[in-house]
Amino acid sequence: MSSKQVSFKQLTSPQEELPKKVVLGAGTLSWIVLLSSWFLLSASDLVPTMFLPSPMDVLSTGVRLAENGTLFEHMWASIQVVLIGFIVSSMLSIPLGMLMGSFKIVQAVLEPLVNFIRYLPVTSFVPLFILWIGIGIEQRVTVIFFGVFFQQLVMISDVSRGVSKDLLHAAYTLGTSRSKVVTQVIAPASLPGILDTLRVTIGWAWTYLVVAELVAATSGLGYISLKAMRGFQVDVIFLAIVIIGLLGLLTDQFFRVLRARLSAWAN
Amino acid sequence: MGQLAEPLPSTVSDEQQKQDNTTPIKEATTSEKIQLHIDEVTLKFPTSTGTDFTALDKVSMEVRENEFAVIVGPSGCGKSSLLYLTAGLNSPTDGEIKVAGKVVDGPSAERGMVFQGYTLFPWLSVSENIEFGLKQKKMPAPERKKIVQKYLKEVGLENFADRNPKQLSGGMKQRVAIARSLANDPEILLMDEPFGALDSQTRMQMQQLLLQVWEHSKKTVVFVTHDIDEAIMLGDRVFVMGARPGRIQKVLDVNIPHPRTLDMVMEPDFISLKREILSLLHDDLSEMH
Repeated sequence: MSSKQVSFKQLTSPQEELPKKVVLGAGTLSWIVLLSSWFLLSASDLVPTMFLPSPMDVLSTGVRLAENGTLFEHMWASIQVVLIGFIVSSMLSIPLGMLMGSFKIVQAVLEPLVNFIRYLPVTSFVPLFILWIGIGIEQRVTVIFFGVFFQQLVMISDVSRGVSKDLLHAAYTLGTSRSKVVTQVIAPASLPGILDTLRVTIGWAWTYLVVAELVAATSGLGYISLKAMRGFQVDVIFLAIVIIGLLGLLTDQFFRVLRARLSAWAN
Repeated sequence: MGQLAEPLPSTVSDEQQKQDNTTPIKEATTSEKIQLHIDEVTLKFPTSTGTDFTALDKVSMEVRENEFAVIVGPSGCGKSSLLYLTAGLNSPTDGEIKVAGKVVDGPSAERGMVFQGYTLFPWLSVSENIEFGLKQKKMPAPERKKIVQKYLKEVGLENFADRNPKQLSGGMKQRVAIARSLANDPEILLMDEPFGALDSQTRMQMQQLLLQVWEHSKKTVVFVTHDIDEAIMLGDRVFVMGARPGRIQKVLDVNIPHPRTLDMVMEPDFISLKREILSLLHDDLSEMH
């Protein structure tokens, strides 16, 4: 520590690298600050426990709901909604986005429409989805899909459009046909960017989950939050929030590892 | 406008005769067969002002089989455009280009190209990059391996076969790009300032390596550069272009025998050629202003 002092200049220089220890330490510090202020605030008389449960309360509620199995039931319901919505969306947006980024005509047809739709608030469609689709899991999946698909489409088409034209030219002069250039050059060259897009958008899928489950759901983490609000069970709401955060973090790390594995060349 | 390229030697035999007087070595290295035939090629781009910009104005040139032709010219003279047209990556507004007797109407593996920027596929290893074109041809794996080995050796990268392009220096990347193009055994090799981004030491090494490879493979090469030393060092003939509109000003024979070495830049033949090219380029520039 003494020999590797980080100077003030180092900390305040833009784009300056820092030792790993310092980076990890700073990250841990912000967690400690967050958790301890929560702990102190809930222990003090400043906020009534009815509005702010202590971390211990949330933890014990978690243990209690885990023991009787209801926690996992709701978690599983939410995971299903997020994953189905996200996977269906990705399966459509990846090929379509690549076509949009590769062929100007596909872009010309889709872009005006997509750019309009992606700024429509998903929440405003929930009543419509309920009318059209009902209140089953399909409706919740549709909310996730709608929240993610159009963003993915635009981001993936940008990734594919960014593939260097020189690479295409090189492939042509090596005997690759126009149609094969999409699968043999644009697809592998886009892979790291596509995985980055999936990593970002799975986070959004989790944020749309509660919107999907707040209305017309009978299970899920969003549903138990709503029910807990009615019964003033703030600890359950906190629990649901923490678990959604942890699940989001898990999927985020999944895509981070996947990217490192599948496209090590881009790191 | 209106000033055309100096007419090319009307017949090949004229040209051949001229060479016979000076360097008997040349005859052994170049045949009389024309491998590249560029016939009155014009390339125009529309501009925002409404009038077309003429990048190339009725350019004609011929390159013989096994010849190392160098096109030298100031930036913006259309020398790279001419190469892209020859590769089939772009189409001329007017005129025709033939390679090995066939009219160019799109890119093909028969016209290999090495680009100025680094164009190795970063997700493939060095040997997979060299193999890329062979796979497109659906060549069986054992044959592919043999060819990849041959060209890895040719460019001195046997020990780097499994590396990623990212782990290579600029010079190494271009060596792989040369090997990748040659592995396809194209009818002509087009090179668009391939050493332009390299430092001068590496650049000279690469020129020597390219000459060696060329002497082994005896490919017809068209090499574009703005570096006069490079043009003379590499070329059998140097096509000097002028700008606005892009056209060929003059074709010069480089009567310096092979193998060429680095110290040749000090020799009188080299220097007088350099002076001539410089004055051609200089005159062209001063006409513009």
